[in-house]
Amino acid sequence: MTTILQPDHATMPGVSTPAKSRDARRVRGLSDRAIAWLFVAPTIALLLAINIFPLIWMIRLSFTNLNLSMSYLPLRFVGLDNFRDILTDEDVWVRLQTTAQFVISSVVLQVVVGFGLALLINRQFRGHSFWTTIILLPMMLSPAVVGNFWTLLLQPQIGPFNHLISLFTGVPPSSFSMTGQVALAPWTIVLVDTWMWAPYVMLICLAGLRSIPDYIYEAAEVDRASAWRQFWSITLPMTVPFLMLAVLFRAIENFKMFDMVNLLTSGGPGSTTELVSISLKRAAFEKWRTGYSSALAIILFVTVFGAANIYVKTLNKVKQR
Amino acid sequence: MSGSVVAKGGAARWFRRGPWEAAAMTLIGGGIIMLVQPWSIDLYSYSFVTILAGTVGFVIVSHFPE
Repeated sequence: MTTILQPDHATMPGVSTPAKSRDARRVRGLSDRAIAWLFVAPTIALLLAINIFPLIWMIRLSFTNLNLSMSYLPLRFVGLDNFRDILTDEDVWVRLQTTAQFVISSVVLQVVVGFGLALLINRQFRGHSFWTTIILLPMMLSPAVVGNFWTLLLQPQIGPFNHLISLFTGVPPSSFSMTGQVALAPWTIVLVDTWMWAPYVMLICLAGLRSIPDYIYEAAEVDRASAWRQFWSITLPMTVPFLMLAVLFRAIENFKMFDMVNLLTSGGPGSTTELVSISLKRAAFEKWRTGYSSALAIILFVTVFGAANIYVKTLNKVKQR
Repeated sequence: MSGSVVAKGGAARWFRRGPWEAAAMTLIGGGIIMLVQPWSIDLYSYSFVTILAGTVGFVIVSHFPE
């Protein structure tokens, strides 16, 4: 550090020794705290520029009538009108209910499948590592890749999924469309989301299962407790905090879900799978109602922030175990 | 002297983090349920205020002593 900050004239011939030592003292004079700030400052500046500033700007816009398709109109302060419009709009209310239905169904399925997989993977068997890697693969893919991949799989004419269903049910493969029918489209999204994120729940549950000491099971064996009894009295209660963690995390993530649904159904057919994030995108980038969409974004942000507080609190409780 | 000790003890008794955090979390949870429930639009209309109150409350009470 000292060598880098050494001024050029210090190495020049003819520059006096006291000047050299003064410069060295100045560099050495930086306290640890100052040096720490020096290193952290660029990150803080970047965070302020790309996170905090847009947030403050969005809060400001949510109190205005800004519509980007009519940006020539003067910007007018409308107070809480945008919030009032959203919180009395039945369409937004219905989208939030659709989002809640999606969140509940997918989280329940993910927890059941993830916990089941964790119980299986927790046993030692031949090819254990190989199967663990295979199960974890979907989680490592990008939601955009998963969306495109499943769009192809679910194609009524060429997709293998319909042919597989046809093989078991006898229904012609091109007679139904998983993403195009009102009754099937919501379940398709739940299915794909579960396929992608159940491995994540499995990982959290596995951490919970591995944290249970063996001596508890040994004591249960001595007491002649059946495997079923051991599951209900030891495994499940001791994994509950981890399950809660998985539920909260997946619920928050699914509440914000956009990319995969946008690729699979774009909110259709009609508005059957239109989650609130899709409504937000439509208000902001199709209707260009910037003020209104900023207010909706703030409502979602506060909701997620509130839920995240509960999540962090639960996480700390699990850590203290 | 003893008065200030009593007052400090009283404040410490009231401003404990645990129960206040639980109350704030209940408010947040209740607000989220109000936001997505399908029965009453009035509950939906007041959901955001409830979540906001819970969240701001949580941020404040998380600075209370244990």
